[in-house]
Amino acid sequence: MTNLWSRLFGRAKKGSGATAKDRLRFVLQHDRINLPPERMEEMKREILAVIVKYLVVDEDRVEIDLEQRDRTHSKLVAEIPVVNTTNAGARAVNSPAVKADGGYANGASNGAAAQKEEKSTSVDAEVAEPIAGAGDENTVAPFDDEEKDAKA
Amino acid sequence: MGGKVVTISSGKGGVGKTTATANLGISLAGLGKRVVVIDADIGLRNLDVIMGLENRIVYDLVDIVEGRSKLRQAMIKHKKFNDLFLIPAAQTRDKMAVSPDDMVTLTDELRADFDYILIDSPAGIERGFRNALEPADEVLIVTNPEVSAVRDADRIIGLIEAADKGPGKLIINRLKTELVKKGEMLSSDDVFDILGVTIIGIIPEDELVLSASNSGVPVTLNLQSKAGMAFNNVARRVIGEDVPFMNLDKSPGIFQRLVQLLDGR
Ligand SMILES: Nc1ncnc2c1ncn2[C@@H]1O[C@H](COP(=O)(O)OP(=O)(O)OP(=O)(O)O)[C@@H](O)[C@H]1O
Ligand SMILES: [Mg+2]
Repeated sequence: MTNLWSRLFGRAKKGSGATAKDRLRFVLQHDRINLPPERMEEMKREILAVIVKYLVVDEDRVEIDLEQRDRTHSKLVAEIPVVNTTNAGARAVNSPAVKADGGYANGASNGAAAQKEEKSTSVDAEVAEPIAGAGDENTVAPFDDEEKDAKA
Repeated sequence: MGGKVVTISSGKGGVGKTTATANLGISLAGLGKRVVVIDADIGLRNLDVIMGLENRIVYDLVDIVEGRSKLRQAMIKHKKFNDLFLIPAAQTRDKMAVSPDDMVTLTDELRADFDYILIDSPAGIERGFRNALEPADEVLIVTNPEVSAVRDADRIIGLIEAADKGPGKLIINRLKTELVKKGEMLSSDDVFDILGVTIIGIIPEDELVLSASNSGVPVTLNLQSKAGMAFNNVARRVIGEDVPFMNLDKSPGIFQRLVQLLDGR
């Protein structure tokens, strides 16, 4: 989404060289995992469809993104805010999220556990490419800030 | 073992593989190396005209592979350099006439007598590319600073890695410094950010490349040419010299030209 945003609105300010770079990044991201953009969207919808069978999800704030460090290191990072239905009144305070962050798949799961937050369910999802020597990089998503504000 | 096989490849067509091969061949010969350049673009023979050797062809690559010609008979000596030879592509045959194994056999024979065997790969990722890739010790990937060429380079790099031929090294050809400055062209840094592969050459856009191909005298023999000088620098990096990238803003200074002359160019 942010990618699309910058692609649409970056164009006015930047020269076409920068646009070329953005477009290349986008196109190579999909080339390298051999999954075209539309298929990726389809996959996201399917992932979400499975999760909503079990959880109530704040679908507007779902983010599933492919992050790519270079040609051989890609990871799928998902942030899926879950609505806490057992305690509907407290919804805004404790909003657990399902987080799927495979790290850079390298066989050794040395990353994901460290970033577990209270009230978050961390799901380890290994991504396709076999990658060596990574996995230390984790995204901590600021998912509850707005809601706290909203409550106050 | 002996000589080293360097394949020049690109994915996308028309980015400057043949131009690069011809110029590297000339420059390496100018640096005192024994060199063979092989045109592996069967059916679309071009390296002969770029090097100005078209009227000397008797046999070609397919003739060698199919046993109609001895290797030495088919090799055309360059007019200016005694240790520079061309093996031309067949013009009327198809890429399937040669196999990757044939190329290995051929280059293994050449390794004994030459320092560098350069292979001009055809565009694409099919048989012709496979033929050029199989015997390679090192692959130079030519690209232009534009979206489609860089995308295809990325694909080729993936295939080179999959074939265990290393990531390869990049030649960015036809860079227009004024456009990069205006933000209207990908810079060499941009291309590096995206592909993450070592850059071994940055060649400016240069009208003299066209005059050179018109006359069949590769541009690296023209001391006025920045592209020619940039190609010469690539050759020196290929043989392991540590050559700084030239400032493409200025025309070749008197000092640089002097260095070129002393280098025997
Ligand atoms: N640095 C340069 N400046 C200006 N023109 C160039 C430069 N490099 C290459 N060219 C021109 O680009 C065209 C294509 O070059 P060349 O034939 O070397 O590409 P190629 O990759 O071998 O093409 P093909 O894929 O068809 O084999 C030629 O007309 C050549 O003169
Ligand atoms: Mg060519």
